[in-house]
Amino acid sequence: MWLRTYSILLLFIALKAAGNLSLAWGMQHLERNASANPLYYVRAIFDPFVALGIVMLIVALLTRMVLLSLADLSFVLPVTAVGYVLAALLGKVVLHEVVTTQRWIGTILIFAGAALVSSTTQITTQKTTGESPK
Amino acid sequence: MKWVLVSVMVTATVLSDLLQSFEMKRAGEQSVGARGLIRLLKMIAHRKFLILAIVCMAFSFFSFMALVQAEPLSFAVPASAASFVLETVLAKLVLKEQVGVKRAVGALIVLAGVALLGG
Repeated sequence: MWLRTYSILLLFIALKAAGNLSLAWGMQHLERNASANPLYYVRAIFDPFVALGIVMLIVALLTRMVLLSLADLSFVLPVTAVGYVLAALLGKVVLHEVVTTQRWIGTILIFAGAALVSSTTQITTQKTTGESPK
Repeated sequence: MKWVLVSVMVTATVLSDLLQSFEMKRAGEQSVGARGLIRLLKMIAHRKFLILAIVCMAFSFFSFMALVQAEPLSFAVPASAASFVLETVLAKLVLKEQVGVKRAVGALIVLAGVALLGG
């Protein structure tokens, strides 16, 4: 059971990272848009890399729903915060972005803070119907 | 400009989450599965806050697209975590949730991290 949970967890993290990467790659190679015209973004969706990115992000979302049926939210959220660090790594390695030391520190802090915030996720308000917080 | 996009993205994300959380708690627990999903879709169509939540989600995604076009991925994705900060504040003020010390400290650490990203 745990093997299945971890495989799906890895799949989710990989899909989310690859989806963001493909989306960024596609958007960065499109002609720039000076105005905030929403039609520009609707057209951008049809760029192959942007489309691939969006499909991967949608599959990632579905994978996350499956993951949530196997594991607690208070486990899933902190663990998936590693995605922030992964995005910085992919930006540096694949997109050849300059990541300064200050930005690395910022990213690590965000990872730590996000993990801390989301590890406390539970229901603290009374609901009409419901199960007690886990 | 990048902080404007980050602000729009984060505000839209948080607004969407708050609207969803508010409306779904009011609706009671939902089941997963084919019948549950159809009922969920019907419910979305009837509840204006959920429609508004989806509009906010679209806004947030389009701002993310604009952000990854103009800024590095190593900025855009970590910056989206600023939503934790706003979410924590609003969960306390609007949804009247209890915000524990751990969550408050976590949100402050995220805030510090986002501030460092700009450099």
